Amino acid sequence: MRLYVDSTKCSGCNACRVACSLNLFDENNPKKSALVIEPHFPSPGMYTVKVCTQCGDCAKVCPTEAIKQDEKGAYYVDFAECNLCEACVPECPEGVMFIRAELADTAWKCNLCGDCVNVCGTSALWIAEIETATA
Amino acid sequence: MNGYAGKILRVNLTTGTFTKEPTPADVARDFIGGRGFGIYFLLKEVPKGADPLGPENKLIISSGPISGMMIPGGGKCDWTTKAPLTGGYAGASMGGHFTAEMRYAGLDSIILEGISPKPVYLFIDNDRIELRDASGLWGKATFEVEKQFKEKLGEEYQIATIGPGGENMVSYACINHDYGRQAGRGGVGAVMGSKKVKAIVLHGTKSIPVADMQAYRKAGMALYKACKDAEGLKEWIRYGTTTVVDWCNQVGALPTRNFSAGSFEGAEGIYGKTMREKIVITDKGCFGCPSPCGKYSRSKKYNSYVEGPEYETIGLMGSNLGIDDIEVVAQANLLCDDLGIDTISAGNSIGWAMECYQKGIFTKKDTDGLDLKFGNVEAIFTLIGKIARKEGFGVLLGEGVKRASKKIGQGTEKFAIHVKGMEQSAYATHNATAMLLAYMTCDVGAHHNRSWAITYDLQVGRDLVVPEKVARVIWLQNFRPMFDVIGGCRLQWVELSIDRDLYVPALEAITGIHRSWEDLEKVGDRIWNMTRMFWARENDGFGREWDLPPARFYEDAPTTGATKGQITKLEDVNRLLDMYYEQRGWDSNGLPTLETIENLGLEAVVA
Repeated sequence: MRLYVDSTKCSGCNACRVACSLNLFDENNPKKSALVIEPHFPSPGMYTVKVCTQCGDCAKVCPTEAIKQDEKGAYYVDFAECNLCEACVPECPEGVMFIRAELADTAWKCNLCGDCVNVCGTSALWIAEIETATA
Repeated sequence: MNGYAGKILRVNLTTGTFTKEPTPADVARDFIGGRGFGIYFLLKEVPKGADPLGPENKLIISSGPISGMMIPGGGKCDWTTKAPLTGGYAGASMGGHFTAEMRYAGLDSIILEGISPKPVYLFIDNDRIELRDASGLWGKATFEVEKQFKEKLGEEYQIATIGPGGENMVSYACINHDYGRQAGRGGVGAVMGSKKVKAIVLHGTKSIPVADMQAYRKAGMALYKACKDAEGLKEWIRYGTTTVVDWCNQVGALPTRNFSAGSFEGAEGIYGKTMREKIVITDKGCFGCPSPCGKYSRSKKYNSYVEGPEYETIGLMGSNLGIDDIEVVAQANLLCDDLGIDTISAGNSIGWAMECYQKGIFTKKDTDGLDLKFGNVEAIFTLIGKIARKEGFGVLLGEGVKRASKKIGQGTEKFAIHVKGMEQSAYATHNATAMLLAYMTCDVGAHHNRSWAITYDLQVGRDLVVPEKVARVIWLQNFRPMFDVIGGCRLQWVELSIDRDLYVPALEAITGIHRSWEDLEKVGDRIWNMTRMFWARENDGFGREWDLPPARFYEDAPTTGATKGQITKLEDVNRLLDMYYEQRGWDSNGLPTLETIENLGLEAVVA
């Protein structure tokens, strides 16, 4: 399973990012979420959303094995084991592996909790099997 | 304090100094936030008789406890001040992402005081607060300013800026944010301009504490689920506020040629459906909104991009000016946004001028040579620029129709479509008594959003003048603005019909204080009375006469369209007011009685 996005449906509201930060950190803080919304205004007038594809490239390079896989197949960061080495960040092909030392003493990423999907009113986000999904 | 970012920032522009004070717990308890904070600080701190454009006036910018939270529509920001347009209360609501960012920067309110000796912008990055030189930005239009900041600082920063309209202190200058959201009405942009503040630039990375995290997340999710399950969601997202254009045209509520009628023969060209098919390129939502009404458009004809137009702009810049082309409306919208003037007041003022021209009161000698016929596209575009830049004929129109018609005389006051000096928004009220009363008694002047009662008129009989209608208007006035108080948007309730009781556990989980809607409406009632007392304090002789509608709606029945020949008699207008004052607990001149003030516990606030 992974998270999918259709950027053309995104209205840039950021509800997904607040829901994400609540799930990851119990905080109302979209700067600590695992999705990126890039607005392109005033022209061409669109949003680009980046989400984790659960490719696992981050886990492969983690020296402390802090990035683990759960029973759904989702990679997640075990906050207690992350040493902020930043090896994972450049490996992420989507740019959704995060370290901001001023905000948290751990790296973070999408753990496929699904809360972002639940708050998205325009159905821009969904979770599906990696093999069968169509974007 | 749970549910609050925790601090009120005061910026003394005269001295260039800042103070931060804890958000007062008793004010939070009694007035909650947003518009509640706005009127509380305005009444308390702006001295009687202050010049709206002078150093004593303040610009009070407030979030509410659901701003920036996982609650649908938590993106509304209140801008309260003494209005340059009206001399009374202004509380302008702005969508977008600004209010959420304020809270992430740790601020519940920002209060701008005094006047800066030179153009500045207010820079806030969490606890780093600076007034920075804006002389290089002064004179620039809003899109360019926002773009410059975003390119320099990044997309995480939120920007609110004035354009030339605000710098020139045009009476209805607005404040722009997020390439298309505005604090639009009453001249809040002129106040910011008078203080020489070009922009506020914000960034925050803090969280907002809540009383019960699990209950909050559960209640927030329940609200999102209700929105997503709503039957009307898809249709609403497709058209947003423009969904009502054709309905208004059919029922005679679409302002046409300076509100002389309520149906427009060219309306199809400005229908929401036409707009969606011809120019909309994406939906653009305010913070946390599952049902974005914002439509972002591209006009091929003008090779331009604009957020909108919204219904109000379509009414005032479209049918009200005899325009039947949505691309023209979009371009007029863009010019107003970019130059920083309110589309509603600008469209209404131009409509008044066009009627003056049609009647021969204005000739080309008065209009800088412009042929001000209804439908003249180039004249409209040129006038928008003249208004914002205070050039030539634009100076008069930038005063708003109340002052302009008083200057011109010759009976033009009768078709100056305003209440208390605020130009009426886009509902023609020739025979819609609840909506008429809503405009007459609205706390900022003729604005629709406190009590959108036009559907109720159609539901129960548009010409009825009965206590039930008055009660409905009052209920809406007490209830709907509470969304502005809690820092949210009313449109999930209005347009998706979600159960408003779903907000109760959410607000309780966030703030730790249980408030039923009955409790919240009491707060709404108090706030309504406070705004009324502000008007009375600031305007000698304030009273009943100020609540009268434009004479057009009781003297001048439309000769075409769905409301042809229909009018509300002046005696019925007065009956509406009698009933309204009685139900509000106000005297026959429309002022709250001592008993009402005591019942609402407002003695200390107005002392």
